[in-house]
Amino acid sequence: MNEFASQHPILVVALPKIVVLLLVLLTSLAYLTWFERKVVAHIQSRWGPYRVGPHGLLQPLADGVKFLFKEDVTPAGADKFVYFLAPFLSLSLAITSIAVIPFGPKEFTVFGQPTPLAITNLNIGLLVLFAITSMGVYGVALAGWSSNSKYPLLGGLRSSAQMISYELALTMSVVGVILMAGTFNLSEIVMSQQGFHWGFLPRWNLIGGPMPQLLGFLLFFTAAVAETNRAPFDLAEAESELVAGFHTEYASFKFAMFFMAEYSSMITVSCLATILFFGGWLSPFPQTAAFAWAHYIPAAAFALAGLALIFYGIRYLTMFGRVVLPVLGVVLGALALLFIRPGVTEFVQGPFWFLLKVVFFLFVYVWVRGTLPRLRYDQLMGFGWKLLLPLSILNVVITSLAIVLTQR
Amino acid sequence: MTPQIAVFLVLAAMAVAGAVSLILQRHPIHSALSLIVVMVSLAGLYLLLGAEFIAAVQIIVYGGAIMVLFVFVIMLLNAGEEERTNVSRMARFVGVPLGVMFLLEVAYWIARATSHLAPPAAQLVSTRDLSTLLFREYVFPFELTSFLILIALLGALVLARREDSD
Amino acid sequence: MVPISYYLALSAVLFGLGVVAFIFKRNIITIFMAIELMLNAVNLAFVAFSRALGQLQGQVFVFFVIVVAAAEAAVGLAIIIVIARNRGTLNVERVDSLKH
Repeated sequence: MNEFASQHPILVVALPKIVVLLLVLLTSLAYLTWFERKVVAHIQSRWGPYRVGPHGLLQPLADGVKFLFKEDVTPAGADKFVYFLAPFLSLSLAITSIAVIPFGPKEFTVFGQPTPLAITNLNIGLLVLFAITSMGVYGVALAGWSSNSKYPLLGGLRSSAQMISYELALTMSVVGVILMAGTFNLSEIVMSQQGFHWGFLPRWNLIGGPMPQLLGFLLFFTAAVAETNRAPFDLAEAESELVAGFHTEYASFKFAMFFMAEYSSMITVSCLATILFFGGWLSPFPQTAAFAWAHYIPAAAFALAGLALIFYGIRYLTMFGRVVLPVLGVVLGALALLFIRPGVTEFVQGPFWFLLKVVFFLFVYVWVRGTLPRLRYDQLMGFGWKLLLPLSILNVVITSLAIVLTQR
Repeated sequence: MTPQIAVFLVLAAMAVAGAVSLILQRHPIHSALSLIVVMVSLAGLYLLLGAEFIAAVQIIVYGGAIMVLFVFVIMLLNAGEEERTNVSRMARFVGVPLGVMFLLEVAYWIARATSHLAPPAAQLVSTRDLSTLLFREYVFPFELTSFLILIALLGALVLARREDSD
Repeated sequence: MVPISYYLALSAVLFGLGVVAFIFKRNIITIFMAIELMLNAVNLAFVAFSRALGQLQGQVFVFFVIVVAAAEAAVGLAIIIVIARNRGTLNVERVDSLKH
């Protein structure tokens, strides 16, 4: 087997990695909808999904089945080819961009072949990400155009103008990080953020380096929210003005594909924010003897979550929930036990911190959506061109000055 | 056939098919989509040639900005299918085959004349080298392009502004 | 390895197709796209020569060509919008008021 693996590394190593990542990604996309509905519901003092499974945990499955079995309507006079192309383009581009994201520092071996914890590690990883994101406009614009209907056309026009405008600010806001790291490689950008101020404050790009990128991060995240067409910048699909914007005429699974594309790009943006500004997979605790206990945080977190689920689950309302929730709790507990094994502890450190930060950003996404009202269209354009873009250019100038001055 | 040549042939076929489709399609949106196919396959060819940065810039600027502008304008003007005017029979039955032959001949002679240019050993050009060259030797033209963009920006604003708005 | 001459032949074919599109198409937007196609074909030749000669200058030129193309697209599309607004047509053969 090892010999076969060394001859065909793509078949044995890359392909299984892609399949596993795709499965994990699609599952997390489904549960991201559940997460969003729950968080928004609690922000608005509601319960959110509750009926399908305990705490609505099977709701994504029910939604998926519903999308699959709905009638697929194609509007009369639609441009068939482009109408079918648009959702495929959206979803495939959104999913492809995950391929360059590194999830951890450690290499693991598959049949004697060492391989990084990412699909690929490119020298121009960041540029590739931006290239893929910039192509994402087509899905929206073409969907709006090909539906042969007024509201989608207006939604498509709006969002293509919006996405071009905010892409400028998005790209410029990252230049500061690139200047400090001196590379486009995402792994190297993370590695450049190692070390601590005064022994405890991590030197992540947000607060470290010659010039803290706090401004850069705020600009990046604002522009990224606009780039993914999320509230409060979701003018492409403003219900009160445009029915549903560019996907008004889409039904069934094609609509679901737009939905999944949106959530997938949310995940990409959260990963990117983590990598660029929050130290990627780096732990917030120094690697010193005094902080040796920090190695057991993943195991402790899983054990606590498992215990809470078991105690809460056995008193749940329905019989089904009384079985499912404790079983989930036991699974988490078993994972916690696995995590304190010597080899595994080191390996899970990176992915654990990385995913924790990503989940935090996803929460912020939903939080923003639940809190802020939608902008007016002229406000949106003015905000992008007159505030975000000049500020991001200012950030580039200040950062490059700081780098030049400190290198003297 | 090495894998590189196979990849090259696939990308080249995509590029040529896109360019032909640009000519044959009647609707401007379909032509624009064909051109995007050409640009993406050219980006793949740049990667094959070891020019990573140029490949990324090709997709970001051409695919993500210029062609989006085209699609945007087509949607904005609600451009319909192209009318066919003034295409003579002569052009269709004599001109097109002759043109294709001429094209292939030019390509053949260029290929023959440059066949002595052997590709050097595989070496990926780093973005750092490219930027060093750009900001050391070509810094003046680089700065000039920023003026060019500024002027283009002003020009587009002046042209597209409605006269009756103020 | 792929011989450089393959790239140059492809570049010539693409440029030629751009010229054909420029001559045959009637829609002014598509004609503009044909120009972009020709620029792209030239870029391919630049990168191929840069690789063959082991010099980076070719790539720098491609960079400049892309910048100029972006500026050109902005101004050109603005002109197209003005033409469409004033004449009500995108067909180049109908923009012929100087003939009459």
